[in-house]
Amino acid sequence: MQFMLLFSRQGKLRLQKWYVPQADKEKKKITRELVQTVLARKPKMCSFLEWRDLKVVYKRYASLYFCCAIEDQDNELITLEIIHRYVELLDKYFGSVCELDIIFNFEKAYFILDEFLLGGEAQETSKKNVLKAIEQADLLQENLDFQIRLFPAPS
Amino acid sequence: MSDVVEKTLSALPSLLSLDSNAGAGKLSSTSKLGNLIRGITELTSKHDEEKLIKKELAAIKEQVASPNTTMRQMKEIMVRAIYCEMLGYQASVSYIHAIKLAQQGSVLEKRLGYLAVSLFLNESDEFLLLLVNTVLKDLQSTNLNEVCMALTAVSQMFPKDMIPAILPIVEEKLTHPKEVIRRKAVLALYKFYLIAPNQVQHIHSKFRKALCDKDPGVMTASLHIYLQLVKESPESYKDLTVSFVTILRQVVGGKLPMDFNYHSVPAPWLQIQLLRILAYLGKEDQGTSEMMYDVLEESLRRAEMNHNITYAILYECVKSIYTVYPKAELLEKAAKCIGNFVLSPKINLKYLGLKALTYVVAQDPNLALPHQMTIIECLDHSDIIIKRATLELLFRITNAQNVTVIVEKMLEFLRQSSNDYSTVDLVGKVAELAEKYSPDNGWFVQTMNSVFSLGGDRMQPDIPNNFLRLLAEGFDSVEEDRQLRLFAVDSYVLLLQGETASLPQCFLQVISWVLGEYAHLRPDQASDPGKVMRLLTRLLDQRHASAQTRRWILSALTKLCSSPVSIALARDVGERYFGSLDTVLRQRAHELMILSQDAGLRGRVLSAEGRLEHVEVDSSLSFLDGHVSEALAAGAAPYKPPHQRQEELAHEKALSLEPYGLSLPVSLSTCSITDRLTDRQSPTRLSISSSVSGNSTELSLKGGSTTLKLDGVKRVWGKEGYLVQQPKEVVEETPLPPTELPSPLGSFQSPVSQTQTASPGPEPDQERQQLASSLFVGVGTHHSVCLMGRTEAAPQRFRRKPKGTGSSSGTSEHSSNSSHSSSGTAAGNTLDSTTAATGQQISQHALGHPPVNGNPIVETPGPLPPVRDGGVAAEIPTGHTDSGTLADPNEDPVPVRPRDLPLISHLPAELSGLARSKLTTLCPGPDPGLALSSCRVYKEDALVLVVFVSNNSDSTLHRVALRFTSKQLEVSCVSGDLVEEVKGHSVATCQYAVVMMRASVDVELAGLVSYQRVPGQPRATPFSLRLSLKHFIRPLTVSTGEYGKMWLSFSHDVKQNLRLITAGDQSPLTATLDTLRDRLHLHVVDIIGSEGIVACRLLRGQPCLLHCRVHADSLAVWLRSPIPEFPDSLLYHCQKALAEA
Repeated sequence: MQFMLLFSRQGKLRLQKWYVPQADKEKKKITRELVQTVLARKPKMCSFLEWRDLKVVYKRYASLYFCCAIEDQDNELITLEIIHRYVELLDKYFGSVCELDIIFNFEKAYFILDEFLLGGEAQETSKKNVLKAIEQADLLQENLDFQIRLFPAPS
Repeated sequence: MSDVVEKTLSALPSLLSLDSNAGAGKLSSTSKLGNLIRGITELTSKHDEEKLIKKELAAIKEQVASPNTTMRQMKEIMVRAIYCEMLGYQASVSYIHAIKLAQQGSVLEKRLGYLAVSLFLNESDEFLLLLVNTVLKDLQSTNLNEVCMALTAVSQMFPKDMIPAILPIVEEKLTHPKEVIRRKAVLALYKFYLIAPNQVQHIHSKFRKALCDKDPGVMTASLHIYLQLVKESPESYKDLTVSFVTILRQVVGGKLPMDFNYHSVPAPWLQIQLLRILAYLGKEDQGTSEMMYDVLEESLRRAEMNHNITYAILYECVKSIYTVYPKAELLEKAAKCIGNFVLSPKINLKYLGLKALTYVVAQDPNLALPHQMTIIECLDHSDIIIKRATLELLFRITNAQNVTVIVEKMLEFLRQSSNDYSTVDLVGKVAELAEKYSPDNGWFVQTMNSVFSLGGDRMQPDIPNNFLRLLAEGFDSVEEDRQLRLFAVDSYVLLLQGETASLPQCFLQVISWVLGEYAHLRPDQASDPGKVMRLLTRLLDQRHASAQTRRWILSALTKLCSSPVSIALARDVGERYFGSLDTVLRQRAHELMILSQDAGLRGRVLSAEGRLEHVEVDSSLSFLDGHVSEALAAGAAPYKPPHQRQEELAHEKALSLEPYGLSLPVSLSTCSITDRLTDRQSPTRLSISSSVSGNSTELSLKGGSTTLKLDGVKRVWGKEGYLVQQPKEVVEETPLPPTELPSPLGSFQSPVSQTQTASPGPEPDQERQQLASSLFVGVGTHHSVCLMGRTEAAPQRFRRKPKGTGSSSGTSEHSSNSSHSSSGTAAGNTLDSTTAATGQQISQHALGHPPVNGNPIVETPGPLPPVRDGGVAAEIPTGHTDSGTLADPNEDPVPVRPRDLPLISHLPAELSGLARSKLTTLCPGPDPGLALSSCRVYKEDALVLVVFVSNNSDSTLHRVALRFTSKQLEVSCVSGDLVEEVKGHSVATCQYAVVMMRASVDVELAGLVSYQRVPGQPRATPFSLRLSLKHFIRPLTVSTGEYGKMWLSFSHDVKQNLRLITAGDQSPLTATLDTLRDRLHLHVVDIIGSEGIVACRLLRGQPCLLHCRVHADSLAVWLRSPIPEFPDSLLYHCQKALAEA
């Protein structure tokens, strides 16, 4: 995977993760063009785009668009499921997630993404394991007052 | 004490704010981030947003700089900084503090610090160096969370050069008891492999361990690495096929824990990854493919549930089935599966169905036939993506009979599309189809006009170049050439009479060139000689014509001024542009003026016969010989080709310990040879602008002469590879009555009957039915079903005229004969030659070439039956260079010095059967008791450097270790990296596999041997050896067809003339190519007449192709490769090899 973007129906970027190094200027250009292209598409249209020399897979969940750019050999359908699994993870973590959750807790969304995808590849596809990893870190936060360097025993 | 209190106090407010949003999902109403976000949402204008963010960034800057800011506050600031960056504003002031946070913060703060770093910085960023220490520390931490964070950070961005610093610790983590750590470590290594493959070469065995990990997550992670490894060299991992098949079988059989199920499908990610790996392993390998047929079938069968995820697996499965060695039964099932995709009402699946069809019709065009109606529907789909995918599919099934319909559809799409990227791509495809299958001249010119107007100035420059070349070179019939040119001229005159402002510049340039060159063909040119001239002049004065275009127009005008009327016009134009600020324009105007005033000059330059004359360009610049020898005599430095200069530049930096080798150029006496050796021509793809340099009238007479004069080379290689010259001969033998041929348009014979039987569902309306029959006419009717690669040679209508001048071989003579005899059946032969060509090529495959996949040893030795007139094929030695062992006749095969014998006996048994070089002594160092020698062993897939460490003293050597350093070479130890002890008068051997990373002429490999005479007192001696490119070259066994395809796809080329070798009864070409083959390990693909094609590859690297043609008494060699340095360096070795022969 080359990058993942989350943006709203108004075209506001909510999350961006680049797995292939790009210059800032290029990032902005790609984001701007891609957001425009995707927003212009009608709901019944195909979720895959051939965009520049990349394949783009996108899906809309409520007011948010999830958009991934993949390489030529990659499987479009499984990418669609990666998006879906990520949404499931967010949903489980935030408890029926909405756009506002992601806006105000975007760092959490990043943490979840990093546990799920690493370096552009699916790292852990078991939902339970991803959430376990995140919760472990969150647990730490609650225990912060008592002991910062506490590591809970594996359950 | 007070310090602690202060810290606690300062942490309190942020603690409180944290508490308030501790529950997931609650909005932090009081936090600064919350305020910022809300502030921005309330704003309406972009300008206000900018102002607010500027203020915010200023606040951040102030806060991070303050010494009183705690880490906890810093964390909060970072979140805001990330937010600003996401909105597109740079918060660069916070970068360094993100690193600091990762370094100094508590676990949670650290986590955010790492996140911020990964979002802010690229792996090339210098700031990252500051993170290395932190990562190192965290990797060694006892806190698992910290280790995880460090590994996560490392797998996202890490400076390439610093990998060695952390590699051992990451490696260590592969055996960590927690699976999450092992998994992340594997992914970190995957990342390292991607950015610096040579760094992790030595731990390949550990990857295998990860593959066998008891935790499925770790195993899955290791597959990312294996996919990459197998993709790069499938040969090295064939032994793992069984393991991958077993894993896939277990996964499909549901043996994994339920955790890994996704919508009750077992581990789909894992399945897809395995299917991809298997596809690479089984590609073109029957044995390996057979191992996986069962599991592929099982995957196909098991994935039956109607959910996206099962379709994802099915799609991958179909792709794999079509990639591995074909099995009829499986292919049938896969084809059925594709049908399900195509017919699905879900648009995503339909799209993938079209994609899959596009992929498979190349192998079997019949597969498209059952889906005709769906394809027609998709062609008119409202979604442009579906439309585009359909066109791509149609492109693959185009033939001479349906080309007009398909091209019309493509042009229609182009007229509506606004996407640059797809326009450029599609325009190229239309041009390709038009050139290949055009039914008549008028259509061709019209189509190309559309291509030029729609493609505009964004399209590939070789489209107009090829078009002009085609017009200029013409093809077999003089009359047809004339008609085509006239058609073009007429249509351009018509265009110029209308509005020209909308025409792209490159089209205007094409128009001016064609009009300048061929306007004289117009019947009204004699009665109204000024007409074309006036049109061009009008164009010249229009504002929208660029300076570049004006230059083209002026040269066209120059060519046209022959009659009194046009002379007057020319003078007028000349006067107007006499004072132009553009130098080139001004020069052209001057030339025009002089030409219009001097009747004698006009007569010489613009004579009617002159048009047909072939201007000989002395590309070797031999007329400068006198000047060169004078200069040399006066003490000037001789010319050196670029690669030599580069090499010498590199030498200057280090002392050369080697004796001076043979230096090719130059001595005065060999001046003429030198000129030929260094005769470098410019590459073929000249942009249009290059014709500007042809500024003398003689040259501009030929207009874009650069696009024309380049090749006197006989046209043997076309878009489809080797253009078969012989089909006409077959036509002669079995003339097909023209009535048997379907007419190009609207032939409703066989395809219609197939449509009716094949298309189920509701009766489509008449119009679509008709469209279908015109689209699919010819598809699958004359193409034989061929599964492995395409062997059909497309009937290329506009095949360039073969110019078999002066070649001595019988082949070209024969082809010119046959073209002569068949020229009467002008229209027929382009169509029916398909079958003939196919047959011909197959017979060539069977007789002339070693088999591509098979074992070369089975090749029958001895004289082959003469295939072609000259019997050239019989002269190609068979199989020789393809076998596993490589001979290196450059050097004495077996060393004769008696001293070597004992050393060679130490050569490891597995290498003893292979070709090797003689021994070279490496370091006559200060220690007489230690001697190093080396020898190169040429393996098919590696260059093995064997170093013999001989201890000539009585005492024992301890801890002998060799270290190599080279920027251009990648040296990995096979065995004997560290020898604990070498007893007196004994020899230890070390083996290294060496790979050349970048092609260069030759490379210095510096090494250091360290050892201990007395334990505890290490000593070291440096040594060095030279390795040359030729040691890393291996033959590339390809067929002529594959060669042709590769040739077109490579962009870097070099041309040069080489010396021909004459030897005994062999023809000079064969002798020369044999010499090159033997000395440089090249593979001679084919020799046809006076031309030969040769291919080789760099070990674990890219190929290089050579096209050689005998030209007078030298060999014109044209090299092409995907990497720029390769042709240059290889050329140098070719020169050297021939000079030594």
